[in-house]
Order: sequence, then structure tokens, then C-alpha cells
Amino acid sequence: MVDIPYDRIADIPPAEVPEVELYHPRSWWTRYVFSQDAKVIAVQYALTASAIGLVALVLSWLMRLQLGFPGTFSFIDANQYLQFITMHGMIMVIYLLTALFLGGFGNYLIPLMVGARDMVFPYVNMLSYWVYLLAVLVLASTFFVPGGPTGAGWTLYPPQAILSGTPGQDWGIILMMSSLILFIIGFTMGGLNYVVTVLQARTRGMTLMRLPLTVWGIFTATVMALLAFPALFVASVMLLLDRLLGTSFFMPSLVEMGQLSKYGGGSPLLFQHLFWFFGHPEVYIVALPAFGIVSDLISTHARKNIFGYRMMVWAIVAIGALSFLVWAHHMYVSGMFPQFGYFFATTTLIIAIPTAIKVYNWVLTLWRGDIHLRVPMLFALGFIITFVNGGLTGLFLGNVVVDVPLSDTMFVVAHFHMVMGVAPIMVVLGAIYHWYPKVTGRMLNDALGKFHFWVTFLGAYLIFFPMHYLGLLGVPRRYFELGDAAFIPPSAHSLNAFISVVALTVGFSQMVFLFNLAWSLFKGEASGGNPWRATTLEWQTPETPPGHGNWGKELPVVYRWAYDYSVPGAGEDFIPQNQPPRATQVVQGAAS
Amino acid sequence: MAETALTHPSEGPGRLPGWRGIAADWASDQRAFKNVSWGKAMMWIFLLSDTFIFSCFLLSYMTARMSTTVPWPNPSEVFALNFAGKHIPLILIAIMTFILISSSGTMAMAVNFGYRRDRVRTAALMLVTAAFGATFVGMQAFEWTKLIMEGVRPWGNPWGAPQFGASFFMITGFHGTHVTIGVIFLIAIARKVLRGDFDVERRGFFTSRKGYYEIVEIMGLYWHFVDLVWVFIFALFYLW
Repeated sequence: MVDIPYDRIADIPPAEVPEVELYHPRSWWTRYVFSQDAKVIAVQYALTASAIGLVALVLSWLMRLQLGFPGTFSFIDANQYLQFITMHGMIMVIYLLTALFLGGFGNYLIPLMVGARDMVFPYVNMLSYWVYLLAVLVLASTFFVPGGPTGAGWTLYPPQAILSGTPGQDWGIILMMSSLILFIIGFTMGGLNYVVTVLQARTRGMTLMRLPLTVWGIFTATVMALLAFPALFVASVMLLLDRLLGTSFFMPSLVEMGQLSKYGGGSPLLFQHLFWFFGHPEVYIVALPAFGIVSDLISTHARKNIFGYRMMVWAIVAIGALSFLVWAHHMYVSGMFPQFGYFFATTTLIIAIPTAIKVYNWVLTLWRGDIHLRVPMLFALGFIITFVNGGLTGLFLGNVVVDVPLSDTMFVVAHFHMVMGVAPIMVVLGAIYHWYPKVTGRMLNDALGKFHFWVTFLGAYLIFFPMHYLGLLGVPRRYFELGDAAFIPPSAHSLNAFISVVALTVGFSQMVFLFNLAWSLFKGEASGGNPWRATTLEWQTPETPPGHGNWGKELPVVYRWAYDYSVPGAGEDFIPQNQPPRATQVVQGAAS
Repeated sequence: MAETALTHPSEGPGRLPGWRGIAADWASDQRAFKNVSWGKAMMWIFLLSDTFIFSCFLLSYMTARMSTTVPWPNPSEVFALNFAGKHIPLILIAIMTFILISSSGTMAMAVNFGYRRDRVRTAALMLVTAAFGATFVGMQAFEWTKLIMEGVRPWGNPWGAPQFGASFFMITGFHGTHVTIGVIFLIAIARKVLRGDFDVERRGFFTSRKGYYEIVEIMGLYWHFVDLVWVFIFALFYLW
């Protein structure tokens, strides 16, 4: 091996931006509750998202109880089942994953990883969280209003979303739309912060091409979210007006309960276009932070530099850009002009190229690496396998002719749960095991972590693999009961029961994880500042957990990229980003 | 909000010209956009996001207008006024457009005087801008009242497609909200300018950050954006 430095270590330019005075909390309230510190806001985001995510998890248990054992549980009726589906989907996609990746990990990691003291606008950042919390509360309140939450499905398609046959037509749909509008307002405040912090508040020496891939993933996802959420905002406003004021943006004239409705002339397809113009980038808003984080986990725990860093960066950017051109692949059977399908099928399949580049690069990073099978690494490996699986079924569904028979079957459910359910959750869990020591100063319990991983990983496969088969049989999604349809063999029913048993088991095993989080907070082994011997800046803070302002007196200066692992000739198998070149040269000189 | 210094060490003879300079800036450390403060960068990115919101509104309206099977009311007729004994199409909208575009002129002058630290002229021009904005919103309110009196509702109107009223109230309402927010902020910042907050670097009430005259320019970015959006609404809703 020839020692070729990745990028030329040039002179570090002087600081362009003078230090900005931080807001210093003066009381318990401004330190822990109305805090302007990105790290506290991150924890607030993460706890709120996890809390509402647990609600969605319980909803999935109830759905599985009904699907596995239809007719057994009298407390679940068809309307409730639809409400469970809707709330489960909406919470998981937006209020859990988006908020956790961008609000949680974004807030915690961006300032630390780029070497800033805080986000650029801490006050706006704080508002972002409180508006998000309000959105979550409005969403949760729908469980307690007359009629309950909306049962329109998480896509909320009109006309059925606001017609009287749909559960939650009174309050549920109104509050759902209001909550989405609030979420978008809150997210915009946070998102502007993340983008400007990455672009304009990096420390000396931190060039764009030295950023850890985690930051690239979160940054690109945030830019995408700032451009995609407007479509959902507009769709929500217009649907709210249709419901409240009786406008007909999305509502065609139709007969409702035997009577001609007051609506007429609107286009339900318009809603689908707006929704999926948001909805498809949303998939990557969740996936790109996962891509970034998993790259760092793999590199750190395989003690090897990420393979093809530049390609990884450009793949993230390319995926982000392409994802705005594929939305109508969700609408092949919607009745849109059929030939559009071929355009969108083409763009969809093109996305497979940068995605495959990323997967190959992860695998090549592992190739001949010094792999440490610690819990974060296990989850990262689990992610790669799950993502490849989910991605391959995406190729099926991206093709018009294959998609048409598979539309609205369990195959679709299996696909998107694999690719944007299980896979990002694997990364979330791996990332929590990885960064928990930085947040708390203590390690999570390893034995419990390994148990948690194997049950979750194997369980997820036992749940979602059979669903592909059910989908190929033609078992439809969103059905309360399958009944005695001739094309569904009895074995499919037993398979459904099996899936439900596994789902409940895996669901309950998450309690082990929650216990681990709580127990390790007090009893966990002390971690020290850099337990994984990682290179990125967040592990080099003078204090663990990092104090207010992150860096003590002096900001760190960055001399190298984020992936100097196992550099030949170096004394250690990692060189932190802020280690000056002279120090390594001395070590290298000593070694040779 | 403009807490970042505006110096660029590579400014001067060493700085690369043209695209190479842009690439060098992007590839450099610390800041991708040299000499752009945090507040200004944030406003630009926010406006980009807001552009997508207005684009979605306008595209939705155009979809409705193109796909409707009943006739679309003729905007020239609907927005005509009898003025000095004459029936003039779109006269009120023309005046509103003129007022809003004039307000962009006064805003630009306010930015100029702000950088000259001319407190009184800056504040006065900002207040003139706010007055133009308020006049615009007032005329919009008059327009809404007139249309409502004539029977236009979000769910229908006497002349044709119900989406006419729905789109009109939604789009002009959303734009009017932007103008109103702008007027409020113009008055608030004019007050700060007049009080000399930016000369003594007085800290903000909410953010506890020091204020700079650049905030006038950031305010201007928002105001010009709102004007620009109006031009598109004018072209696509009223002139079409």
C-alpha cells in the first residue's frame, strides 16, 4: 500500500467570521425547556418523535391483531382499522422519521460535525421545536375528538378523505391538515437553520469535501424538504378549504349518500400530483440522512476510509435532484395520461444508478476492513441488506407493466416497509447506539443491544418477507378483512396470523431497547470522549457530553477529511480531523 | 441578524475570476457564499422555499382553469370599474400593481440610505414603503368586498366556474398575508432604525443578538420577492 493522502493538506486560512456571542441561559427553564442550545433541542425533538412513534407502533399492533385474527377482537371495527392505518403511516413517515432524522440527528450532529458552536439562529431553532410539538399535540388530539382521527389513508386522497363515508370526517381530517401545516412551518424554521449552518458556519479548514457523509445526507435531505414540503403545504391548505369552505379544488361533482354533493369541477388527480411531488422526495428525505449516517458507521466500525467519498457525495446530490422527477410512479393506476408512466418509469430506474453506487461503495468499504461487530455496526450491516432487498422490489414497482397488477397489494406494503420503514429505522437504532455515549457520556448495554438487534433484524424479515408472497397472491392492502375470496388460499390466512405473532414479538422487544436507554443513562459504563476511536469532530469535544458552545475556548481547526482510518504509518488506526499534519508526520517519521 | 463580518481574505489580486472563483469559494472552508451573512443566506433560501409554495398555488389554479368544463369568468370584465364615467377594465388592479412596484422603489432607496447610516431617511422611506403596502392591502380588501357584494364566493359565483372565486380568494389572500406581514416587519424595523438600534448594536428583544443595518436589506429582499410574486399573479390570474 502506498500512502497517498486523500487531499492535499494546505495552509489553513484565517477565520473569516468573528465569533458570535451565544445566548447564555440564566435559569433552569431557559437551560432545559426553552433552550436555544441545538443539543437540547435535538434531544427534545428525539424524545417527542419517539413518543409519538410509540403510539404509531401500538397502532401497528392493533392492525396486526385484526389482520392475523379477523373477527376475534371486537374492539376493532372497520372504521377504526382505517384510522389506525392512516395514523400509523402519517406518524411514522412525517412525525417520527422526518423529525427524528432532521430535527433530532440534524440538530445534534450538524453543529458538532462542522465545528460550529451552535446553529446559526438558535432562537428560530427553538421556535421550530415548539411549533413541531404543537403539530404533534394537534395530531394526537384527533384521537379524542368526536369521530376520531381521519381514516383516509396516509395519502389522504380526496374525494374520499372529506366525504361522509370516511371515518374522522368531522374533526379528524381538519386537525390532520392543520397539524401538517404546523409541522411544515416548524420544519421550515429548523430546516433554514440546518442549511445555513452547513453552508455558512463551518469551522476553519472544514471544506465541503471534508464534511462527514452524515452532514451531506442531512444537508441534502433538508434542502429537499424545503422544496418538497411546499407542495404538501399547498395541498393541505386546499384540502382544508375544500372541507371547511366548500371550495372544489379537488372535489369533482359526485353523489354522496344518495344526494348530489355541493362540490363540482375539481380535480382529485391534482391532489395526487401535489401530494406525491412532496411524497416521493419525502422517501429520500428519510433515506438520505440514513445513507449518510450509515456511511459513517461503516467506516468507523470497519476502521477503513469510506470507499469513493466523492462519488458518495455526488450520489447523494444526484439522488436528491432525481427524486423530484419521479413522483408520478405512485400514480400509474390513478388514471393519469398513461404515457406519462413511461417517462416516470425511466427516471425511476435511473435513480437506481446512484443508489447502486452507494451500495457498492458501502460493500467495498467493508471489503478487507477491520470489522468490529459492535451493535451500531450490526445495525449498519442490517441496513445494507434490508435496503438492497427493498430497493430490488422497487425496481419491480417502478415498471409500469409490473406495477399495475401489484398496485394496492401487500407487495407494495412489503416494499415500502423494507425500504423506508425497516431500513431507516435500522439506521436510527444504530445511530442511537453509536452516539448515545456522546449525548450521555455512558455506553448502552452491549448484551441487550445485540439481543435487540437480532430480534429486530430477523423479526423484520419474518414480518415483511412473507408479505411479498401475499402481495403476489393478490392480497389487497388496507382491507379490514379478507373474507372468503377464492384467490386467497387458506395458507395465506395462517401466514397472516404468523406475521402478526412475529410483529407483536418484535414490537415488544423494543421495550428492551427502551429499558436499555433508561438503565444505561444511570448505570451504563462510562464511555469517555471517543469510545469508538472515531475521527469526526463531534468525538473531539473537550467535554462529554459537549457543553454549551461545544468547543470550550477555541474552535477546532480541521486539517483532513473525516475518514483517516488505518492510515499506513500512523501511530493509531484513526487520525481525528482536527489533528495537525505535523503531529502525524512525526509519528510517520518514527514509524519509518 | 447580520452578525457575520463581510471580509473575505482571498479578496483582491489572489481571487480567481468568473466560474473558477465560484468553484473555489464553494470548495473552500467556512463559507460557501463568501461575503454573504447568515441572515441574508437564510432569507434567500426561505424565499426559494416560498417560491415553491406560490408556484404550487399558481399551477393548481392554472390546472383548474384549464380543465374546467364551464366557462371561466372574464377577469377584464370582473375587475372593471366605472371610473369618472368610463368603464375601464382592470383599472383597480393596474393601480394596485403600480403602487406595489413603486413600493419596491422606495424600499431600494431605504436600503441605500441604510448603508449610509442615514437613520431618518431610511426610516422614512421604510414607512413610505409600509404605507404603499398597506394601501395595496386596503385596495385588495376593497376588491374582495366588491366581489363578495357581487356574489362571488369560494364555492361559486354568478358567472361560471366555481374555482374562480376559490382560486382568487386563496391566492390573493395568501399574497395579501405576505404583504401584511411585510408591512408589520417594515414598521418594526423602521422603529429600530429611527431609535438608532443599529448604531449602538442594541440586542434584539427575542433573539438577544446585535442588530445591523443589513437587516434593512434583508427586509428588502423579502419585499421585492412579494412584489415579484404579485407580477406573476397579475400576469397569470388577471391578464390571462
